[in-house]
Amino acid sequence: MGAAIVLALVVAPEDADQGLSQRIFYIHVPIALTAYFCFGLGAWKALLLLWRRDSRYDLESYVAIHQGTIFGALTLVTGSIWAKASWGVWWTWDSNQLVLFLVLFLFYCAYFMLRFSLEDGPRRARSSAVYALFGIVLVPISFLAIRLAEDFIHPTVFTREGPQMTGTMFAAFCVSWAAVTFLAYVLYRVELAGKRLDADLRELREALAP
Amino acid sequence: MSGGEYLALAYGAVFVVVLAYVAIIAAKLARLQRETREILDLARAQEAPARTVEHVAREISPSA
Repeated sequence: MGAAIVLALVVAPEDADQGLSQRIFYIHVPIALTAYFCFGLGAWKALLLLWRRDSRYDLESYVAIHQGTIFGALTLVTGSIWAKASWGVWWTWDSNQLVLFLVLFLFYCAYFMLRFSLEDGPRRARSSAVYALFGIVLVPISFLAIRLAEDFIHPTVFTREGPQMTGTMFAAFCVSWAAVTFLAYVLYRVELAGKRLDADLRELREALAP
Repeated sequence: MSGGEYLALAYGAVFVVVLAYVAIIAAKLARLQRETREILDLARAQEAPARTVEHVAREISPSA
């Protein structure tokens, strides 16, 4: 993470058009890609739950979606700051990619409303899994929105011709992406371990109750 | 605000959110540690009378 920050803030050359604010790219895009990945992982675990009927996938799916929501919120916050610096507005409804990402984020926020409105058990696990699977459809739409809609407000850095940046910029981006993915992985493992321990302790307390 | 200030704001926001998340996880781990200790005390309390009964039974009939 330290190397990523040094590369992004010191080593990578300054953008001729946007200046310093372009460096937000090195944190904003990796966070957005990690959010997509977490939502994808949550949907994959949900599919495994429905397929194999193993309850451990329920918690794994939930934690992945929880991580995705946190990274999704960070994507919106950093994107909003970058938008203000580059376009002069905190938010614009004219960009399909922004609106679709917001829809994706709100869809997964509603996942928690659904989950906590149901009683703990197989029914809640199945309903949450089906909802998580529906949401995954929005990920490729959100990702490809800018290309499908020919929206020129939100910049496209990765095109069919490759990344539109210098080698140093691309290296800084790759290191930042690896660092954010690693951070997400560590947070996922820690949160999952905590949730499992919590469930085990609850069961143990019930077993020991007189 | 200048570009540098926006940059600091974006990185600062990420740092604050990650820090808050870590603090929440740390608080949860502390709660789990406390609960583990409580359950351990409960298990020991349930085990103690059973051991006393076993000890008395052994004293009454050493062959048991």
